[in-house]
This record gives sequence, C-alpha cells and structure tokens, in this order.
Amino acid sequence: MKSLKLFAFFALVLFASFVRAADPAPAAGDPVARGKYIVSTAGCHDCHTPWKMTPEGPRPDMSLALSGHPEKFDMGPVPQMQGGWIASIAATNTAYAGPWGVSFTANLTPDRETGIGKWTARTFIDTIRTGRHLGRGREVLPPMPIMVYRNFTDEDLTAIFTYLQTMPPVKNKVPEPRPPATAAVAAGS
Amino acid sequence: MRREFLHCLLKLALAVAFLPVLARAEDARGLPQHLGDTGLYVAGGQIRPDVLPFSPQYPLWSDGAAKRRWIWLPPGSSIDASAPDAWQFPPGTKLWKEFAHGNVLETRYIERAADGAWRFGSYVWSADGKDAVLAPARGVRDLPAPNAPGARYTIPSEDDCRACHEGAPVPVLGFSVLQLSPDRDPLAPHAERVAGAVDLKSLNSRGLLRNLPVDLLARPPRIAASSPAERAALGYLHGNCGNCHNDEGPLAVLEMTLAQRVAAPASAPSANSVMRSIVGVQSQFRPTGAPRDAARIAPGHLGASVIAMRMNSRDPLQQMPPLGTSAVDAEAVALLARWIEGLATNSSSN
Repeated sequence: MKSLKLFAFFALVLFASFVRAADPAPAAGDPVARGKYIVSTAGCHDCHTPWKMTPEGPRPDMSLALSGHPEKFDMGPVPQMQGGWIASIAATNTAYAGPWGVSFTANLTPDRETGIGKWTARTFIDTIRTGRHLGRGREVLPPMPIMVYRNFTDEDLTAIFTYLQTMPPVKNKVPEPRPPATAAVAAGS
Repeated sequence: MRREFLHCLLKLALAVAFLPVLARAEDARGLPQHLGDTGLYVAGGQIRPDVLPFSPQYPLWSDGAAKRRWIWLPPGSSIDASAPDAWQFPPGTKLWKEFAHGNVLETRYIERAADGAWRFGSYVWSADGKDAVLAPARGVRDLPAPNAPGARYTIPSEDDCRACHEGAPVPVLGFSVLQLSPDRDPLAPHAERVAGAVDLKSLNSRGLLRNLPVDLLARPPRIAASSPAERAALGYLHGNCGNCHNDEGPLAVLEMTLAQRVAAPASAPSANSVMRSIVGVQSQFRPTGAPRDAARIAPGHLGASVIAMRMNSRDPLQQMPPLGTSAVDAEAVALLARWIEGLATNSSSN
C-alpha cells in the first residue's frame, strides 16, 4: 500500500511536470504576450538577430535583437559554390547568398526610418500573406519561410506585429538585396 | 443484406474517387468555371448589349498587350460618385479586361458580391479561341505565347490581383473620374480611342452616375501639371503607380504619392502632394549603379532618378511595377526622361 502511495505521488509529480512542459500558449487576449511567444518559438531571432562569437560559440546578440543584417558588417565577396553546395551564410546569420542573389534579413524593430515603425498591422499581414515586400513590392527572398508563416492566422500575425512594436528601436539600414548577376561584383566592391 | 453492403461500399468508393472532380467543379471563390458563364457574351460570342466598353486615358502598361475592357451594372442600379475619387459600385457590378498578343490569351474578371466583397478571377483562353476557363487562384506562369515578349505569358495569382487592386481606396482601377474624363490627354502613352466607350458625360447621361459634383461635368478634370509633358508623365504615374503609391492605402507608410485626387481642397492641391513627395526627395531604395544621393525624381538627372531607373529595369528585385510586367515600357521611360530634363530647365530658369 505504501509503495502504491509512493507510486501515486511520483506519478502526480511526473504528470505535473508534463503539464508544466505543455503550458498552453498565451491567450490571444494578450497580443503582446502571444506575439512574444510566437516570435520566441517560430525562430524569428535565428535570422533577424545578428549572431556574434562568444566563448560558448555563436550566440544571438540580444542587444541588437531583431534589428536584421548589420549595415556596416563587411562580409567580403560571395564564395563560389561548388559541387552539391548551393548557398552561403554570413557569420551573423543575417545574410544569405544563393541562386536568388544575396538576401539580408530585415530590421523588425520599430525604428521609424530603418525598421517597421511606420508599418501598420495590415502592412505586416499583407507582407507575410503575399510573400511580397510591403504586400505589393518585390518578392520576399529565401530563406524566409513565407510558405510556412503565411499559414498564421490574422490574429497571430497581428499579435506578432504588436509585440515587435514594443521592442527597443534599433537604427540599422539593412542593405537592399542583390540580384544574382551583380551579387558577386557588388559584394566585392 | 450482403448485397446492400456491397452496394454501399461501391457508392463510397465512387464518392471517394470522384471527390477531387467535384471539388474542382466548385471554385472556392464562387466564380464560374467558364468565362461564358460570367455574363459577358450573348449566344454567338457577341458582347452583351448592356455590357459597356470603356477606355481609361492612362492605361496600365501590360507588356504591349492589346486590351479591351467592359463594365456591367445591374439593371436599375448606378454608381455613387459623391466621393469623386472613390466611386462606390453597387453589388452585382462586373468588370472584364481582355489581353491579347496577336491572339486572345486571358480575360480578367472582378465582381462585387451581394455582401459587398470583391471577387477576382482570371480566365485562360484555349488556343483555338473558343473557350476560356478559370485559372487556379495561384495563377499560371509562363504560358507559351509566341507574340508576347519572351514568347511567354503569365496569368497573375489572386494574391497579385489583390496586391494592386486593394492598394487603392476602391478596387476598381481605370474606371474613375480622372481616367474617364472627356478632357483626354493627347500625350498619354498607349491610350486608345474605343468606339462606343463610355466616359464621364455618357455615364451621367445614361443615369449610371449619381451624386457626381456638377462642376466635374462643367469642367472635366485633368491631371494638374505645369506643362504638357508633365501632365502626361504625372498621368502615366497616376494610372500605373498611383493605385499602390497613394496616401490612403497600405503604402502610405512610404510617404510617396503618385495619385492625384480631384477632391483635394484648392488650398492643398493633390498635384502639389505628388510633386512634393518625389521631386528632390532622397530615395530609401538605391538601385544598382545609382548614386548615393539618388532622389525619387532628380531634376535634370535621369540617371539619379530612382523612379525612372526602376521603370527601366526588369530585374525582379528592382523593377517597377513589381508585378504584371516583364518588358520595359520604353515609351513611358522616354516620356519620363523628357519631363525630368524639363524640370532641370525650369529649375535653372527660376
């Protein structure tokens, strides 16, 4: 009987730990918390926050959180791809060279001149939904997983945008993408 | 009993087998599968007599395609023109635009549903020109078209339709007070005179416009400009770019407007807003090869005028417009060049 009680106790502790691990996502009623949850779990920092080398290896530089490719970072020329290799990634994990040219991750902070401070929730939703810059311009380039993110609900995208607008603004003018034909030349210039 | 069971099983198998076919028959947008069922034609393939042709004075550049356009309004209905720059179309309104490069390739179609929502679809013509079938919402890329630039023709996706049409106050483009003004611009690129085409006056006399401010009939509106070349250039930008680049829609964040509004107050004319937002204003986007201080429009400097540079590019990362075209409109670029050079002359003479 004692062992049964002990088993029940451990079972309860185990169950409680599962419940903790499976905490439900913040409710849609709090868009900032919901947005933060999605940004933290959908990999936004992986590419939109520049990485720096630390004694523990490369880590996202959270002092520049979500500010996109650093405008002053000199990457040098684009390496030539050989064999089965198709793409290169900058050390910051914010610039990518491939068959599409060179793409740079956007500044998602609310800086009004270089970020998305002037955007509205609709601008953000249109961009993700259509895969076009500002919902109407050039196509958003790889590796941005538009085909996945376009499946977010309007409510979730609004929550993401609402949270992004609460971030500290970082002034950082991300370069325009470079087309394939001039990518190697421009990068070396 | 066993026979009934087998019968049910057979029905179930047939239902599963034909499910994809049934799903295809009913388009998710609620649009007819064949153009012939949208109400454009009568028997024999003639255009219905109550479907009205129209011809905007500043047509959208579509890689040189020959285009025909029509509108149909439900009997007894009319367009509310009380807001001159944002006409309200009655539910049931239908518009068509046909594209041809030698032979007809596509007819685009929009309609306003009973709930006020707009539906967008595109119909692809068969090679023999006998039928046009609804294209998938994702569009169709690179159809063979021997007479089109690059011998290819792309049907836009529904997203692309909405990208342009939903950037303006009203999703009907090219059918507006400025585009249908009887005071047509003789220098407008690619403008066509279409027999029987309706304009502001004929729409009004047919009773199809209501609440149109009377002074717009007495003095038909025109693009405000200081010279004929400027009128044509700003008109071109109004018709081709102003649908997205205006100060009311989602791209207002760019603080650049290329759309003129006749309802703007005399104290703050719309033309001034256009010029103020582009001439001498540094561009946030710098195309490859542009100087560091490139402006949206740099008086006297075509090579430093980003709008003209992007119009003259078909690099997908730089071109303007960003969709719906794969060939540069050389006539329009030449027009912009004349206007920009003229701006330098005016600046130096002032």
